[in-house]
Amino acid sequence: MSTDRIEKTIVLKAPRSRVWRALADAAEFGAWFGAKLRGPFTPGARVQGPVTYPGYEHVTMDLTVERVEPEHLFSFRWHPDAVEPGVDYSGEPTTLVEFRLEEVPGGTRLTVVESGFDRIPLSRRARAFEDNEAGWAQQMKNVERHVSS
Amino acid sequence: MSPRSARLAAPADAAPLFAALGDETRLALMSRLGAGRPRSIAELARGMPVTRQAVTKHLRVLSHAGLVHDFRRGRERLWQPEARRLAEARLYLDAISKRWDDALARLKRYVEA
Repeated sequence: MSTDRIEKTIVLKAPRSRVWRALADAAEFGAWFGAKLRGPFTPGARVQGPVTYPGYEHVTMDLTVERVEPEHLFSFRWHPDAVEPGVDYSGEPTTLVEFRLEEVPGGTRLTVVESGFDRIPLSRRARAFEDNEAGWAQQMKNVERHVSS
Repeated sequence: MSPRSARLAAPADAAPLFAALGDETRLALMSRLGAGRPRSIAELARGMPVTRQAVTKHLRVLSHAGLVHDFRRGRERLWQPEARRLAEARLYLDAISKRWDDALARLKRYVEA
């Protein structure tokens, strides 16, 4: 059991090019994630934008793109729980989020790894748990509305 | 949900719990300690590819993180796990894991639409 990383795999019934666009295009990423991101996603770029779901408008999503290998790998760093108003997170450790794409029969296998939790202070992680669980549920409801409208 | 949150509210100077678990020897020790009864260092070191001194050192790291504690029984010093801290570590990872499950489910709907 690693305490430093989370790894997830899912098969999406969509061409690799479609999945890639949903990840590597800032506007599309924001569309399902729930933030108004101003791109582009290029290596080294810091991309920011307001989170758009109700109750979290004070939160700015802030990520720094690491690697962009078309239809293969997209990765960025962020502060996994940067949602407290007035807190400067810039001096704190980040986690690395990596999306890897593979073509499989019938679609695309996507693997997501978020790593670096061992460097995040425990006290921060305890709060991240509470904030993010509610936050992500909200975000996802919003994505659903966007997609189905 | 709320009792769980209250339990997770760690003090700002909380020990580096996750770093303490990020080591194969310490995970192996935790696994042995989790098997039921308190154990001595000699017992814990048996069959391990490291010395008793190393086991002692690793137990101190785990103890500092609040994951284990020792106590005296007769002439022996025994070690046992702190169930509460282990539960916290597990809950945290479960929560992050669930967050990604949710996100990927929504991404799936987004790209398959």
